[in-house]
Amino acid sequence: MPTLVSHPDEVRVLSRRFGQGAANIDKYIELDGYKAVQQAIGQGPEKMSAWIIDTMKASGLRGRGGAGFPTGMKWSFVPKTSVKPKYVLVNGDESEPGTCKDHVIFLEDPHAVIEGTMIAGLAIGSKLGFIYLRGEYRYLLKIVEKAVADAYAKGFLGKNIFGSGLDFDVITQTGAGAYEVGEESALMESLEGKRGVPRIKPPFPAVVGLYGGPTVINNAETIASAPHILLMGGEAYAKLGSERNGGTRLFGISGHVERPGVYELPMGYNLKRAIYEVAGGIKDGKKLKAVVPGGASCPVLTADEIDVGLDFDQMGKAGTMLGSGGIVVLDETVSIVEFALRTIAFYQHESCGWCIPCREGTDWIKKTLTRVYNGGGSKKDVDNVQYLAENMLGRTFCPLGDAAAMPTLGFVKKFRKEFEDYIAGNKAGVPIITVEQLVGAGH
Amino acid sequence: MSEIANTIFSPELAARFDKLVTIYPLKRSALVPMLLYAQDEIGYVSDAVVREIAQRLDLLELDVRNVLSYYSMLRSKPAGKYNVQVCTNISCMLRGGYEILSHCKHKLGIGHKEVTRDGVFSLEEVECIGACCWAPAIQVNYDFHENLTPAKCDTIFQMYRDGKGKDEK
Repeated sequence: MPTLVSHPDEVRVLSRRFGQGAANIDKYIELDGYKAVQQAIGQGPEKMSAWIIDTMKASGLRGRGGAGFPTGMKWSFVPKTSVKPKYVLVNGDESEPGTCKDHVIFLEDPHAVIEGTMIAGLAIGSKLGFIYLRGEYRYLLKIVEKAVADAYAKGFLGKNIFGSGLDFDVITQTGAGAYEVGEESALMESLEGKRGVPRIKPPFPAVVGLYGGPTVINNAETIASAPHILLMGGEAYAKLGSERNGGTRLFGISGHVERPGVYELPMGYNLKRAIYEVAGGIKDGKKLKAVVPGGASCPVLTADEIDVGLDFDQMGKAGTMLGSGGIVVLDETVSIVEFALRTIAFYQHESCGWCIPCREGTDWIKKTLTRVYNGGGSKKDVDNVQYLAENMLGRTFCPLGDAAAMPTLGFVKKFRKEFEDYIAGNKAGVPIITVEQLVGAGH
Repeated sequence: MSEIANTIFSPELAARFDKLVTIYPLKRSALVPMLLYAQDEIGYVSDAVVREIAQRLDLLELDVRNVLSYYSMLRSKPAGKYNVQVCTNISCMLRGGYEILSHCKHKLGIGHKEVTRDGVFSLEEVECIGACCWAPAIQVNYDFHENLTPAKCDTIFQMYRDGKGKDEK
């Protein structure tokens, strides 16, 4: 079971029910649960949708899956009327290395996800929501399934929810192990019982999504934030964060820190402080070498680049991304060559193979870094890796190609000397591994 | 009685599948969960599993195999009774994931995707399992074990050997 952590700098909005047994529906109700959805319904059928969307827009909430798209705006893109049914799809296929925040939400506050799904449904005029959890999260799926059953038993889900005259159902779904399915269009494919390969956009899911109907897809943390936002008001939530980055978010700090854990911090919180104060500094008094700030796909920051605010815009300015909020901390003992290889090996394994630049690019970067790591690299390999990565950027249906290329570029650009020294240091006696040997060894 | 005559699944699972195919706007949506739940019961996705699921969903066996081959957790060969999945992705790697993996290999005497001779354990190196802040972590079937050391792994293996490990499905 995940260990819950806390720090005085935390601002507990989303996590305020953590550790209080809120997976129990009565406890959830006692802690203001299912009030936000009733408040929305209380606006009356005419105003309800606009009230929810306006509040979400005012909150400045941006997608917590990693892309940072404004949630209120996303909901407003769904057409008011549609021949096909509309759907809400909650993305709990949390798979970005370094990210385990949704894990804690499903465990500690599953009803917040259900209530958020209902709110999104009311906002867009949908009658059916899906909560999709990665296959590895079976024990969490059972917690969510129980929560859904309890909500039905109380009459909160199903026909005529809270006397509104509106129906809303929730279906839970398990994945079966695929990072790519975390991408929104691949997620829809998976939910339709197919291989999780991405769809070309446009059309965007808001227009043509699940089963061809207009669909809102949000990360589980985004959805779980909605009830809190409606209860406290959009402006009040926005004020907790930084400019254009409303509210708080869950940051998972892992790797070489003294107190790893999932902490809720205001958007814009200083990364250096998050590592040294909140997570207790570098483990065993070692020195910091680098930080991967938002899950494995985000370009690395060196130790002297971390005095930066944790929001989408400030991280963008720093040349990296806020991503999924998974902060991975590397101490001075880490070999960047090995770390870069492990990162690309992941993306090579998870590339669905649909787009050639990603399928081939990840594979050849992995092969090249494998030979570098094994001591058989040539000096030109660093250039080759960079060339391959640059040619993947923006050339694939979904962002997995970029997710593999961006951290790779970060490693070879910022730690080029380490790669070159590694190759030079191994020159003595180790022959360069030929392409033929590599192809044989890689499969 | 299940809707399928001579079902290969237990009455409970067959009944669950009968219901599962009715809840979605399109019944094919039940495919991925059915494959996983069938694997939980049978141990792997056998030819017979593929056949019956295809029949239940009005799909070609080829359609089912096409999906089966995509998802990492689905397997078409038996694993051990307890499938030990060791995460070596970045957060686990930084806190000793590879040491845990080599310890497991040594202790169980098997490599990646191999099964012990007595069929009790199998071993797999897996990608991120979403336990980064409690690394290094493994899953034994669906159960998470976190903040591991080699010594803790030994205790965990003994627990399962003694039939005292929890085995959530």
